[in-house]
Amino acid sequence: MGLTLAEKVWNDHVVRAAGGGGGEPDLLYVDLHLVHEVTSPQAFDGLRLAGRPVRRPDLTLATEDHNVPTVDLDKPIADPVSRTQVETLRRNTEEFGVRLHPLGDIEQGIVHIIGPQLGLTQPGMTIVCGDSHTSTHGAFGALAFGIGTSEVEHVLATQTLMQARPKTMAVTVNGSLPAGVTAKDLVLTLITHIGTGGGQGYVVEYRGPAIEELSMEGRMTVCNMSIEWGAKAGLVAPDQTTFDYLQGRPKAPSGADWDTAVEHWRSLRTDDDATYDREIVLDASEMTPFVTWGTNPGQGVPLSGAVPAPEDFDEPGDVVAAEKALTYMGLAAGTPMRDISVDTVFVGSCTNGRIEDLRLAAGILEGRTVAADTRLLVVPGSVRVRLQAEEEGLDVIFKEAGGEWRGAGCSMCLGMNADQLGPQERSASTSNRNFEGRQGKGGRTHLVSVPVAAATAIRGTLSSPADLDRSEQ
Amino acid sequence: MDTFTRHTGIGVPLRRSNVDTDQIIPAAYLKRVTRTGFEDGLFAAWRGDPGFVLNHEPYASGSVLVAGPDFGTGSSREHAVWALQNYGFRAVVSPRFADIFRGNAGKAGLVAAQVDDKVVQRLWDLLEAEPGTEVTVDLEARTVRAGEGADAVEDSFDIDDYTRWRLLEGLDDIGITLGHEADITTYEGQRAAWLPSTG
Repeated sequence: MGLTLAEKVWNDHVVRAAGGGGGEPDLLYVDLHLVHEVTSPQAFDGLRLAGRPVRRPDLTLATEDHNVPTVDLDKPIADPVSRTQVETLRRNTEEFGVRLHPLGDIEQGIVHIIGPQLGLTQPGMTIVCGDSHTSTHGAFGALAFGIGTSEVEHVLATQTLMQARPKTMAVTVNGSLPAGVTAKDLVLTLITHIGTGGGQGYVVEYRGPAIEELSMEGRMTVCNMSIEWGAKAGLVAPDQTTFDYLQGRPKAPSGADWDTAVEHWRSLRTDDDATYDREIVLDASEMTPFVTWGTNPGQGVPLSGAVPAPEDFDEPGDVVAAEKALTYMGLAAGTPMRDISVDTVFVGSCTNGRIEDLRLAAGILEGRTVAADTRLLVVPGSVRVRLQAEEEGLDVIFKEAGGEWRGAGCSMCLGMNADQLGPQERSASTSNRNFEGRQGKGGRTHLVSVPVAAATAIRGTLSSPADLDRSEQ
Repeated sequence: MDTFTRHTGIGVPLRRSNVDTDQIIPAAYLKRVTRTGFEDGLFAAWRGDPGFVLNHEPYASGSVLVAGPDFGTGSSREHAVWALQNYGFRAVVSPRFADIFRGNAGKAGLVAAQVDDKVVQRLWDLLEAEPGTEVTVDLEARTVRAGEGADAVEDSFDIDDYTRWRLLEGLDDIGITLGHEADITTYEGQRAAWLPSTG
């Protein structure tokens, strides 16, 4: 019987098959380990205590992204505790010989933006990082997933991980996305459809015409949010779009190696006679701009819809969750989503902080002005994205519209640095999580696509670009 | 790592589903570079509410948390596990755990005991009717027990064999893996030459 894409990549990395002792799972080799300042200090401490080196510094790359400021980059980090965390990474990477792209380095940025950008993320690889959005790299046909700090230490010491074999799932998206509907709308629709726990225990392969039509950036947005419905990883089979994106990048193979690599990558497809443990089929042509109303990414509705009532849900657990979410979000059931006023719009994150996202936002904001009581924060995903945007004049468009143009990092996606919402402040955010307090204590988050974020900034209420055209006629 | 065979302690009913890791410990508390001292961040936002279960004795002295489905969703932060442990929890009982949280718990020595939905409901009812009731999580027998008489709860829980074995034996899995170093070296010798390096 044939194999799925995920099974092929998995099998290629088994160092030692399950068995022995107390039922050890497969020992899996890791091709690339990405490291950042928040989830690594205790792992390096563990190595130091045990007197262990980093086994493969040449397959390990560190950057500073979660806890770094996006303003005043020429000054020392103001918060002393944050400064210590960043300095700890600098000390650890130096001591253990790991390459670091620190604040101020041209390659600094969000881990999941810089891997693909450098060409380090390639089809068929295993990639891990102490961050749940590592699933982003699955867009290239890599098996990529987030790990905790104990596992970070395990990978640093052994370049492997003990992993139980996950189940496989196919999400087939037929049709084509209508104009103005993005990969973000697709994945938000999917998560509401299946629920936040629907992917638990599965590696998911996204496939079908609508997925094949997506750019690499769009595929990264979809794979990025795999974790938001509980999946271990999400991946897309590599194709010409993937190869075109990779060719010529600094760490991509070149010359004869390129041809050898592409030949291998072309074999990374699910065999026709392979079966998945579960399959879901969606139709992209019916999708519309989609936003969240609640406090988990599965609590979403079309932008054209209204805030649901708790009694709209069948499961008792969902009813209670909806009641709690409405209270936290300060929303009344039945309110049209388009009537919801927003204080802050955040464009950025590993979900939507790539150059394509900034171009899309700038195209909508050009010649328009951010609403009087609304703040627009644009945070590029990496220094390279920032420089590219400035070369194209996108920063000028954002600033002339009244937005703030920042340095690269995770920023308001998780509100670990100073970029936070205040209590009861409401955001439309292109990031990935609308959990209670995620963007700041008491803050209220609506997850949106880039076009919805840009249109919302202009109108001050949740909107799509189509609303702009109507109101300007 | 310390061994875990069985633990008995006060049960804490947390009547919530989708308890994500940002609730367990908000990002603002993740700046420490140690594995200790995270107890202040545990459920930080909810502890601001006087009605929250951990603001009341005897629950405040609890060590077995009983929560709704999809516990630990979201971020990969192992700090969520450390915050629970630093506070004094030894086990969490839930009908469903997020994968990364469950993995982190197993590595750090916090038992994530997966039980049937109905078991959680009955534990919640019991722990609320009789505050201070102790819950026993028996890793050897894979059972969770609480109360006596007609309302007593006893049922089995799921945990993967490898994690159970490692916790019972108190084994460091890096040590186990390094026992297979020859296999790792052999594998490395067969990797494609064109694979990228970060150097």
